[in-house]
Amino acid sequence: MNHKTKLSVLGVLVIALVSCYSSVFGKDAAVSTYDPGQLKAIDSTPRLKVGDTAPDFTLPSVSGEKISLGQYRGKKNVLISFVPAAWTPVCSQQWPGYNIAKDMFDGNDTVLLGITVDNIPTLYAWTGQMGHVWFQVLSDFWPHGAVAQRYGVLRSDGTSERALFLVDKQGNVRFIDVHDINVMPRLENLAQELEKLPK
Amino acid sequence: MKRIVLCCLVTLCVATAGFVRAAAFTVNAHVLDEIQLQVPDSAAQKKYLGVSGTATLNLHQIQADIIILELFSMYCPICQAEAHNVNKVHQYIENKPDLKTRVKLIGIGVGNTPFEVDVFRKKYDIAFPLFPDDLFRVQKATSKPIRTPTFVALKRKGDKTITVTSVHVGAISDVEAFVRGMVGQE
Repeated sequence: MNHKTKLSVLGVLVIALVSCYSSVFGKDAAVSTYDPGQLKAIDSTPRLKVGDTAPDFTLPSVSGEKISLGQYRGKKNVLISFVPAAWTPVCSQQWPGYNIAKDMFDGNDTVLLGITVDNIPTLYAWTGQMGHVWFQVLSDFWPHGAVAQRYGVLRSDGTSERALFLVDKQGNVRFIDVHDINVMPRLENLAQELEKLPK
Repeated sequence: MKRIVLCCLVTLCVATAGFVRAAAFTVNAHVLDEIQLQVPDSAAQKKYLGVSGTATLNLHQIQADIIILELFSMYCPICQAEAHNVNKVHQYIENKPDLKTRVKLIGIGVGNTPFEVDVFRKKYDIAFPLFPDDLFRVQKATSKPIRTPTFVALKRKGDKTITVTSVHVGAISDVEAFVRGMVGQE
């Protein structure tokens, strides 16, 4: 086998390999997630209850802004959505679900703040593959999980719970759902809570 | 020379592993057909499916030679991005007289509640019937976890049974080629 033939054989095999992977994995190969397996449902101690004043915080956003809970006081209701970590299965679908339900939030004069303990570059890459997200995505990376800790949803492994806090325009907590970390919170339950907000 | 041969062998092994992995995803038509779907309220959708009443239906009861079933999730970003393409698939079939009467497109929202499916339907203005599957019943019909979107072509034999003729996982790059592949006109 001469050099030219060897190169041709190699070339054909490489093309075969590439086409094989394209057909098998297709476009969604780019959307890879890490599956941590079944985790302890809840691994933190509650610090807040319905009726409490929601602790204020200021966190950096993927948009480049600094976002404070207090800036919405008297203007908008706020849904705070903590998710455990970027690039994990349930989290990678929960926010895309909210992303196509903007009308549900707008109709109830509510903004959504998504928070994880990941850093900004990670959140930038992660939310980028979701398409354009209309809500603010905040990083509680440093001091690590400080806001999650204040809300009583920091898990022992440094991630946060899958938790929702609905805060009204007066800054009071109206609804808390510290959800089983392995399970997607149902959208209709959230819709019902949003509908209960004072109009 | 030995290095070249070794390199070729490794390449072949990896490529073969890929094909084996692809082949491993199978759909059991019998299990799929045991799922009872709620008959849609819409008269237009009942007419599209060729069913009547308000109770449930099984896939084999849909009046079509071929059913293209999209397994999606309203939470799945790829399904969201693909929704306009799937609408184009529906329009393509409806605009082809030879396909319109023989091929029906439906979707099942894997793990989705009726509310969640409705959010997806409204957001993307989807005209073909979508059914919820909040109990993940479809998952029992597949050999591996479903990667949404997955499209399954089902051929109806008489009035009683269906068989799987084609499976497509992931995005649709060419609507016409996709439909041809699903209906066996490649």
